[in-house]
Amino acid sequence: MAVTDISWLRCGIGTLCRRICRIVCHLVCHIGATLCFAAGLVHADVEHEGALPVAEVAPGIFVHSGHQEVSTAHNHGDICNVGFVVGSRCVAVVDTGGSIVIGRRLRAAVKATTALPICYVINTHIHPDHIFGNAAFKEDKPTFVGHVNLAAAMAARGRNYRNALIRDVGADVAESEIIPPTQPVADLYDIDLGDRILKLRAWPTAHTNNDLTIYDEKTGTLWLSDLLMIGHTPVVDGSLTGWLKVIGDVAQEQPERVVPGHGSAANWRQALAAEESYLRVLLNETRAAIKAKKTMQQAIDSVGWQEKDKWLLFEEFHRRNVTASYAELEWED
Amino acid sequence: MPVTHRFLLLLAACVLAPPPVIAETSPDVWDKVRTGLFAGRPISEQIEDVIALDTPMRAEDASTVPIAIHVKLPAGGNRSVQKIYLVIDKNPSPLGAVFTFFPDSGRADLETRVRVEEYSFVRAIAELSDGSLYMAANYVKAAGGCSAPGGKDQAAALARLGKMKLRIDEPIALDRPIQAQLMVSHPNNSGLVMDQMTRLYEPSNFVRRIEVTYAGRPVMSADVDFTISENPNFRFYFVPRGDGELKAEVVDSHDLKFESSLAIRQGSGVAN
Repeated sequence: MAVTDISWLRCGIGTLCRRICRIVCHLVCHIGATLCFAAGLVHADVEHEGALPVAEVAPGIFVHSGHQEVSTAHNHGDICNVGFVVGSRCVAVVDTGGSIVIGRRLRAAVKATTALPICYVINTHIHPDHIFGNAAFKEDKPTFVGHVNLAAAMAARGRNYRNALIRDVGADVAESEIIPPTQPVADLYDIDLGDRILKLRAWPTAHTNNDLTIYDEKTGTLWLSDLLMIGHTPVVDGSLTGWLKVIGDVAQEQPERVVPGHGSAANWRQALAAEESYLRVLLNETRAAIKAKKTMQQAIDSVGWQEKDKWLLFEEFHRRNVTASYAELEWED
Repeated sequence: MPVTHRFLLLLAACVLAPPPVIAETSPDVWDKVRTGLFAGRPISEQIEDVIALDTPMRAEDASTVPIAIHVKLPAGGNRSVQKIYLVIDKNPSPLGAVFTFFPDSGRADLETRVRVEEYSFVRAIAELSDGSLYMAANYVKAAGGCSAPGGKDQAAALARLGKMKLRIDEPIALDRPIQAQLMVSHPNNSGLVMDQMTRLYEPSNFVRRIEVTYAGRPVMSADVDFTISENPNFRFYFVPRGDGELKAEVVDSHDLKFESSLAIRQGSGVAN
């Protein structure tokens, strides 16, 4: 397992110390990536510099686990799982993190792992924690790949997402850019990394209206991204009923392992069942609230709060889930 | 009257919106809107006995923020609310709606859902029958994370464009205010979205005018824009004086007209 962790270089808190760390790290990394590997030991709580720590979850599949937080100046948007897949010809990056800083650190992790070029950057969906590192890979001139609906979603939300990023993370990530896909995927699409085919699948509206999953045939790894959220409260930003249907389809698959968009679990089927259970509570209770002629605000105040202790960031996302669910379900006849 | 308001909405949309940075960086949007709408007229913020504005502390979902305006003037008093102006300072089009009420409104209460892009004041300014102005203003924090004012599934919204529902959720009793709900399926696009490939702005497409009548008499009308959330939704009151038809007519920015009606008999609480 190649873990590019440089926590042994940490000098503690403070800009000066971090600067020294960065200089030392750059030196070390320039001398040779192998030196950076040497310390694959413990994870620090928040790493600010250098290559993102990644775990090789299956041969050639590297995943970085983001923090279960919202984006802040402290975490630079390192809040979701990102990673890359290495073939014999080139590398596909899967999601790029919540800012240019995280994108650069992910790129450093790729460079610390392999000398092969980065030929694809795949965005699994529109959310800012998954796309705002894209600009870090521009110099690699990759094919940017996304769901056929992704470009329109980026156009509709890009400006607002940028404003929120500067507001929440800070002006030092201002180089984060919205970069739309150059290769849209409408249904199924295969990517050949050399002795390794990634099978991409665009889903109907679920978590968002532009969810894309990646299946690596070689290792049986299914990268579900935010179609499976573990720990982190699931976020309904596409269609509640659509997502439940897609979960039903995903449950039919027989992968060796999955990579969720947030969190991790030994048993992914249990995690998927937990997510489905939360979404069913949203569905049933919001429908009941509409039937009982409750207003949207009354539904927000009453639906699903018994789920609170089962999930992280519930206060941050649950009200919005009820809002979105109500707006969707009130049109049911 | 509608001409003036339409002009002001247009002015707000055209002058204050593109480029959107004007609205974001200008600290005195409210001063400009205020001058444009009310010139030097005084606006009281002593609103305890006049109106109340309910907003969430945070725009949990930036695309859909439920708001409610309640009128606290005594029914049958010598003053009534004739208009309510809705202003969201930091939105691309700060003047989002002007609602007009009539004697057959009964109560000038209103609930709807709006888009809130940034940390911003949301303001409801009531114009009373004696010409006085009162303003309720709440500060609403923007949503964090992945929430955005853009729609979630434009294809689904367009597929049922123009579908409407009028609903009454309580038994009909004559001569007292009854709450009705109007739902319009419409993407309510801002037109401020640039296509990344063509570098062109997609055309705006939003509901701009709503007129509700009961038995041919006006109940509520509104000049609105894309400040109102996708699938515009309004709860309002009307006073049935006898059997009749509650009718809503909606016009969008492409001049497409949609209408829906609901026959009302005393003692029934039917939905269509």
